[in-house]
Amino acid sequence: MTFYRNLTIRQKQIAWAWAFLAVPVLFYGIIRFYPTGNAILISFQDWNLLGDRTWSGLENYRKLVADPVFWKVFKNTFLYLILGTPISLVLSFIIAYQLDKVRFMHSTLRMLYFLPFMTSAVAMAWVWRWFYQPVPTGLFNNLLAQLGIPQIAFLNSTTNALPSVLAPAVWAGLGFQIIIFMAGLRAIPVSYYEAARIDGVGWWTQLTQITIPLLRPTIVFIVVFSSIGFLRIFDHVYNMTTNNPGGPLNATKPLVLMIYGTAFNDFDMGYAAAQTVVLFVILLIVSLLQLRLLRSE
Amino acid sequence: MTAAPDLPDQARPTSDALFRASPSRRPRNMGQTIRWLLLFAGGIAMVMPIAYMISTSLKWPHEVYNVNLIPEEPMIENYTYVLEDGRFYLWFWNSLFIATITTVANLFFDSLVGYTLCKFRFPGRKLVFIAILSTLMIPTEMLVIPWYLMSQSFGWLDSYWGIMFPGLMTAFGTFLMKQFFESVPDDFIEAARIDGLNELQIWWTVAMPLVKPALAALAIFVFLGNWTAFLWPLIVTNSTDMYTLPVGLSSFGDEADVAWELIMTGAAISTIPTLIVFLIFQRFIIRGVVMAGLKG
Repeated sequence: MTFYRNLTIRQKQIAWAWAFLAVPVLFYGIIRFYPTGNAILISFQDWNLLGDRTWSGLENYRKLVADPVFWKVFKNTFLYLILGTPISLVLSFIIAYQLDKVRFMHSTLRMLYFLPFMTSAVAMAWVWRWFYQPVPTGLFNNLLAQLGIPQIAFLNSTTNALPSVLAPAVWAGLGFQIIIFMAGLRAIPVSYYEAARIDGVGWWTQLTQITIPLLRPTIVFIVVFSSIGFLRIFDHVYNMTTNNPGGPLNATKPLVLMIYGTAFNDFDMGYAAAQTVVLFVILLIVSLLQLRLLRSE
Repeated sequence: MTAAPDLPDQARPTSDALFRASPSRRPRNMGQTIRWLLLFAGGIAMVMPIAYMISTSLKWPHEVYNVNLIPEEPMIENYTYVLEDGRFYLWFWNSLFIATITTVANLFFDSLVGYTLCKFRFPGRKLVFIAILSTLMIPTEMLVIPWYLMSQSFGWLDSYWGIMFPGLMTAFGTFLMKQFFESVPDDFIEAARIDGLNELQIWWTVAMPLVKPALAALAIFVFLGNWTAFLWPLIVTNSTDMYTLPVGLSSFGDEADVAWELIMTGAAISTIPTLIVFLIFQRFIIRGVVMAGLKG
């Protein structure tokens, strides 16, 4: 205690700061940084969890490039991204833009759109999986049957399965994006629109010349946020295809599901770690693009 | 409000009134009605999956494949059946326990670190900040293999601690709290220091009460995130007793010959609690989500 009393005010501050940070710094070191390095290290090794860890250099990466399943998975992952991101962006913008102009029962409407965001992905994946079943089980095909429209094979078709798995993911994320867009729309000063109206500018020009340019930071945020989400899609795919993970014929398998299977079904830890490094690099590129886009303002 | 109380609406010199009195009033109202109806229809469509989940969980087996939303004879036997089985009780408790502890840990550590990085000047501050911020770039999926190996060697597999340890602190929460502590005036902290409070007391009794809205927003995000977390609990748990609700529901649904109405009941059990919390604190939660989304 006498030691503490002899410190200057500034030294006391430093002592307090590091006392506060001691446990968190250890945590980030052991639970975040060390595993990151470890994952990269394992990706250069051959290891099946039971035997010896042997150095294999770039072998895992070579295997990855030569693996047709990986390229199929790579394509699927980007399909989730290039279908999911624009669809959810456009839908959420249109809904937010219209919702912003409505006063009557505004908060009730907003609640309806936001509710799916509060659900658990696993639970809703099972609900949608039931919707997609063939007759007499599934809701969608029962509705189609009532309307006299031919049945659709949702999850059993190699072409329809991926969009079918994507739909609940888009649905669940829409509410969040709408809320963020509405906050962005509210932040645009009303005087801009008033000036435009006085000048006799139509709504389309207002939309493209005022609203969208001023919403750019919001749009960039939503695009990156949802892109990262779709690139990491797992819960929906896993639960909608438990009988044949990523199927049919790997038609729905995303990168994270391949990582899970390689690591925890095949126990090929080195190969799985190499796949996680690829995921890391893809996500890093997307995040850096975001910083680039935000900075160039 | 009080500027021109005796003027009728149209005469009030605001630009708003100016345009309300424009001749295009009628078609615009027509448009408003159509817009409202379309938005309402869309909103109903959005909640349909949730409505069908709950409706099916209240149906008798013979009625499940009927597309009616309202069950002819609603019943709760599905719930008693699923709960009597005992596993859902256990999974519910596991999820609640894990999500609560993780939330408390995040509120404590994220705000402590955020506060320290915001209000203290010390060598290494920038380095610590950048190091923590850079972990935002590292995806969980990359860490699960090393975490699994770590859990295996320390005997953390299949335990509460094993499920919880990766999420006890988050860079997102730390960054969010740091942003909000910026709004706490340095004078308050200085005054408390002169009053003889130590730094821990200042943080806890002076600064923390001033960022309650941010703490609430963080709590919502962390709790919901852990309540619905799937990948890591799936990897780290082995025994049925240790499953969380999502992992349990996933394995329950995958069992052979489980009827859809029972799966819907399980799904409803894991969804309804968060929906109820949302319906009670709706405004508050939406504000919190915007706050966290934009500042974080």
